[in-house]
Amino acid sequence: MKENKSDKQLFQSYKNGIKREKKIVFAWQIAILLVFFTVWEVATRMYWIDPLIFSSPSRVFTVIVERLSDGSLFSHVQVTLIETIIGFLVGTLSGIILATMLWSSQRFSDIADPYIVVMNAMPKVALGPIIIVAIGPGYLAIITMGAIISVIVTTLVVFSAFREIDPNYEKVMRSFGATKWQLFKEAVFPAALPAMISTLKVNVGLSWVGVIVGEFLVSKQGLGYLIIYGFQVFDFSLVMSSLVLIAIFAAIMYKVVEKLEKWLIKHSR
Amino acid sequence: MAFLTLDKVTHHYFSSTGYTKALDNISFSVKEGEFVALLGPSGCGKSTVLSIISGIMKQTAGNVFLEQKPITESKMAIGYMLQQDYLFPWKTIENNVLLGPAINRTLTSETKETAQELLEEVGLPGVADKYPSSLSGGMRQRAALVRTLINDPKILLLDEPFSALDYQTKLKLEDLVSKLLKTYQKTAVLVTHDIGEAIAMSDRIIVMDANPGTIASVFDVPIELRDEQPFLVRRHPKYQLLFDRIWNELDQKDTHVTSSQEVQTDERE
Repeated sequence: MKENKSDKQLFQSYKNGIKREKKIVFAWQIAILLVFFTVWEVATRMYWIDPLIFSSPSRVFTVIVERLSDGSLFSHVQVTLIETIIGFLVGTLSGIILATMLWSSQRFSDIADPYIVVMNAMPKVALGPIIIVAIGPGYLAIITMGAIISVIVTTLVVFSAFREIDPNYEKVMRSFGATKWQLFKEAVFPAALPAMISTLKVNVGLSWVGVIVGEFLVSKQGLGYLIIYGFQVFDFSLVMSSLVLIAIFAAIMYKVVEKLEKWLIKHSR
Repeated sequence: MAFLTLDKVTHHYFSSTGYTKALDNISFSVKEGEFVALLGPSGCGKSTVLSIISGIMKQTAGNVFLEQKPITESKMAIGYMLQQDYLFPWKTIENNVLLGPAINRTLTSETKETAQELLEEVGLPGVADKYPSSLSGGMRQRAALVRTLINDPKILLLDEPFSALDYQTKLKLEDLVSKLLKTYQKTAVLVTHDIGEAIAMSDRIIVMDANPGTIASVFDVPIELRDEQPFLVRRHPKYQLLFDRIWNELDQKDTHVTSSQEVQTDERE
């Protein structure tokens, strides 16, 4: 009995230790955030840095509240979010489909190899003007930018995951007389699932880049448009507000994908 | 009458820098219901022989016949057991076991019942819904055995299936496999480098020589040992006699292999 109690006590103190550590980390995180905003606010008020260029937390806050209450901000956020999500999905899915095609034929992957190398090395945002001219300056062009930026990276990562599968799984499948498609569906694809999931997180970030640059170029609507517009009329409070919003939504999307990743890994095992 | 026949089978492995002759003129035949062991040092091409029999690899010269027909024409005749279980970690034991029927679209409620019965027969009741990761090495290998047996193969190819297990588990599984093969009257070819295992399990032992792989000699296992359980064979007085003869044969090979060329490459340059 006595020993049993002390086991529990040890476990309890172990748990308390973890809790305390978490609290310390969280306190530091909040402190850094507060210090950052305070220094920013104070520095602009005391004219250590130019408030015209760097704005200030209070002004950014006022701009966001104002634009939220008159409803103009909402549509910009909505447009950018939808473009990013669609770009992310299209880029990831086409990357996986391309990788599947490469896997299905050794000859095709040999032929495609130099082109993929070039396309991977190419900075995709440089294609922006061409895409806008070809597709027309609209949502479609921006979504294409958001997708094209992640598609080749996804292809490469997923394709190499497809090829890294233990050949003995293939042996097992072949001994049952499996076709190439069955081999893919039953063994190769599920084995590569963790690699595919890990590309999701990278692609979320990439899609934001593509969409914001696309909005810079097309300049009609969206948070990227607000940044360019604020820059042109020298309203840096607007630029900063857009940046803050992008940071918040990009972080939320990242967290959602992270949750999705955890869920997928749990349910694919 | 010969059930499985290898007729002057030769195999080369090619690479861009040269080639290796893995097998040279291998001829032997196996009668229906017979258990043959291929014994030899690593790199003597034992596993290559199995891959060729299974049809996963195509020999560069010679023929393989199953019931007088070329092996490529017979479908679902082969059951393959590898060194490790290679159960798919994302499938439940039941789905792993039913992989063969699922691939060949012969999955019925009857096959499901057979799977259940076979799992019980190998001592794995109530694991159907579990995932491979929650089973021990021996249990997983037994599940892999069921996965092979459920397809009712004409020939069972065993590629060192016990080598990754601890000694006790290995002895138990040898007994189980031997018992099952006798009950279901299966023909089997076992590849191993373990002399004791070869004697304990098989009716005939083909000793192979390396570089290139050839048949060095053939030993018939005494009739008293054939019908005995593998575990008890090891205690039989005749076991040690045969063991010593095979040991001497392999020992001679050892000294002469090291003096000969290990790998053959071409005379390109």
